[in-house]
Formats: sequence, structure tokens, C-alpha cells
Amino acid sequence: MGLTVDIQKRVNGFSLVSSWEIGNELAVLFGYSGAGKSLTLQLIAGLMKPDSGVITANGKAYFDSGQDINIPPQHRSFGYVFQDLALFPHMTVKHNILYGAKGVAKDVRMERFSGMIESFRLHGLENKLPAEISGGQKQRVAFARALVRRPDVLLLDEPFSALDNPLRVEMRAFLLQVRKDFDIPVVLVTHDVVEAYTMPDTLIVYANGRVVQKGTPPEVFNSPLTQEVEELVLTRDHRVDIHPSIGLRPF
Amino acid sequence: MDASTLFSIKLSLQVAVVATIFVILLGVAVAYLLARKNFFGKEALDVLFTLPLVLPPTVTGYYLIVAFGRNGFIGRHIYELTGWSIMFTWYAAALASFVVALPLMIKTSRAAIESVDHDLINASYTLGHTELETAVKVVLPLSKRGILAGAVLSFARALGEFGATLMIAGNIPGKTDTMPLAIYSLAGSGDWEKASGMVVILTLMAGLFLYAANRCSRRLF
Repeated sequence: MGLTVDIQKRVNGFSLVSSWEIGNELAVLFGYSGAGKSLTLQLIAGLMKPDSGVITANGKAYFDSGQDINIPPQHRSFGYVFQDLALFPHMTVKHNILYGAKGVAKDVRMERFSGMIESFRLHGLENKLPAEISGGQKQRVAFARALVRRPDVLLLDEPFSALDNPLRVEMRAFLLQVRKDFDIPVVLVTHDVVEAYTMPDTLIVYANGRVVQKGTPPEVFNSPLTQEVEELVLTRDHRVDIHPSIGLRPF
Repeated sequence: MDASTLFSIKLSLQVAVVATIFVILLGVAVAYLLARKNFFGKEALDVLFTLPLVLPPTVTGYYLIVAFGRNGFIGRHIYELTGWSIMFTWYAAALASFVVALPLMIKTSRAAIESVDHDLINASYTLGHTELETAVKVVLPLSKRGILAGAVLSFARALGEFGATLMIAGNIPGKTDTMPLAIYSLAGSGDWEKASGMVVILTLMAGLFLYAANRCSRRLF
């Protein structure tokens, strides 16, 4: 069980070498913009093709340049939440979520849908369009849509970056609940130091297209291996301020 | 209103409707390919389909004769197989309208399809939907404003088509004289009363149609 990524990609002069392995846990890919985090996520999802390497989830190879395996994104069953959420503006909340239920057997579809409405607190919004609901509700719809078919992996590309602070705090707690409810590898991309510090089981730090450090947040924050990591975590003294307000797993 | 005027009105509508239906079918498909795909000869294809927009309609008509005339490279085979030629029939008028209206459809639809957010398309893929499903359920619905605008422009262009139609359908009274052609004949023979009547009708029809299209596009979106 878990997700293994060992890939290389060159695009527009930028070189990405990404190699790590996680179990059914929450991993945060942390680094400055342009460090290769989002690119890694797109490569995992199959939206772009690595030049070489291997991607496996739960023991199954989704990409393997050596064996010429490249499963298209349609057949990966990887839930993906985009930075701008990418809700379909012409579909209601209900249709957005059901659009994600492709391949779910007809007789359990509606049951699964009701379950999503229940656990993501979307009652009464089923027939509204994305433009008619709040930012937090949109987030929850995007999560429900990505999770309704019970994907093998959940990929999150800075989904909270556009939210104002109180809502972001709420959504972080919500994501930890999702991580608990769905026992799958969850990969969260962020450049937010608070998220990097408080959320993950495993923190993977990116700089200039390379993984520069991997470990638990205390390991990384207390003993940064390189200058780049040190700079990234310099703001760690904030933890005294952030913990009481967030209330997430202090360590 | 006399029988020949009525005939021209009916024929014009018939030609424009048939041409627009085929313009929508082919235009949207070509626009999708040009907007979303990269393939060898893409730019050449774009130029080919856009040419009728800038060529004089008589030149477009000339090419249609070369292609579909009884000795044309396509028309010859049709004639050999069936003994029938499209020349000087109302089908030819529809073909001429189709060819000159097609670039308007392709240009506006392509722009609309290209402006659909790529994340929405990627989202559809990660949710397990094939490219065809994504095109039908996401890309085209989000491009419908541009597609409808293209259809309206194409219909208006088809209704007013003159030059290419004259070349391959001729101006045969009671057979291929659409309103623009009938107006040309009437004015040429000095029948100003009938000509002006038809001019007013054509203008009103075009105006009414645009008004209806505007209203329905407001209601739809």
C-alpha cells in the first residue's frame, strides 16, 4: 500500500528529478513556487508524461518507462483537487459530484452521492451552480467530486491558497478528517509553512527541481539538511502563534 | 406578394438552413481539432478553410465548379455513378452558402473552444472521462456562446450569399433564384417596385433573426 514516485522530466529548460515513497499517509510537498512540486503532481496524475522513471500505487505500475507503461489519467483513479478547484461552472453541485462517480455501479451511485453530501456538509446545495456557493463550499464540492469514486490516491495542488485565513484553518482540519476517513496516500502541494509544519505525516522539501529533504516535520524543521531548507523553515518560530488557533497535533 | 417572390423567400430560407446545419456539424468538429490538437498540416488546414472568407466569392465559386462541375474532379465521379450533377440545382446554392459561411463558424468556435480553462479539461480526465466525453460534456457546453454566435453569423452569411451561388447554381427563375439573385435580376430589368419589396423583406428577415438570436442567447446564458 502506498505511492512510489521515481521520475525525471525536462520541460522548457527546467529539470525535475523526483524520487520518494510514501504509505497510506498525508505527505506534503513543500517548497518555493517553481521548485517542481505542482509539476510532480501533474506527472503522477498522468496529465504530463515523465521522460523516464516509475510511478506505482498500491503495487500497481501506472508509469514505467522501462516497460513502456503509461496509463492515461482517465484510467488512474487518482483524485485531483486543482488550485482553482476546476469545478464545472455549467453543472450543479450534484452534477459536478456525480461527474466524478464514473465507473461507480448504478445501484450504489446515489447512495455514494448522498454519503458525500452528508460527510461534506453540502445539504441544500445540490441544485446550486458553483458560482452560487461560498468559497468553503466550493472546496468541499471539489473534494467530494475527487473522492466520490474512492480513488486510490488523492492529489491536492495548493487547494487552500486562495482562501482567507479563518476558512483556510477550517479546511486544514477538514483535510485531516478526510485523510483519516479515506485510508489512501494523500499528497498535498503547498508553499505555506504552516501547512508544511502542522499537517503532514511526511514532509518532502523541494528546491530547484530536486527533493532536498524528507522526514517528519519536526525532523525537517529542527535539523534542516541544506541552506535551502533552512531558509524555507526560517519562519518556524511562528509555531507558537499558530498552534492554539489551529489546534492540530502539536509536537 | 406574388408567387416568384414567395418562391425566392422560401428557397433562401431552405438554402440557408441546410447550409447552416452542415456548417455547424463540420465547423464545430474542425474548430475542435484546430483548437485542441497538434498535427501535421494543421496550419494548412486552417488556411484552406479560411480562404473563402477573404477570396472574392466568384473565385470560391470557380473552385467549386472545378471540383463539383460535371467535369470536375469530384463532380465527374458523381456524374458517372448517378448521371446527376449538382450544378444549377438548389443543392449547389446550399453548397456555395456552406463553403462561404464555414470559416465564420470555424473562427468563432475555435476561439471559444481555445478559451475553455485547461484545468477543467484536465479535471475531467482525472475524473475518468475520455476525450470524447470531455468534449461533449465540458468543452462544447462551455463554448456554446461562441458556437451559437458562429451559427448566427453563418446563417446570415448563407442567407446573403450571392457570388459563389451565381457561379455554380446560376440564376434560374423558379429554380435557383434565391433572394439576393432575384433582387439582382429585378434591379437589372428595371422592376424597382418588386426589387425594393424584396430588399425590405430580406432586411427585415435578417434584422428579426439577429434580434431573436440576441434574445435567445441572453436567455440561455
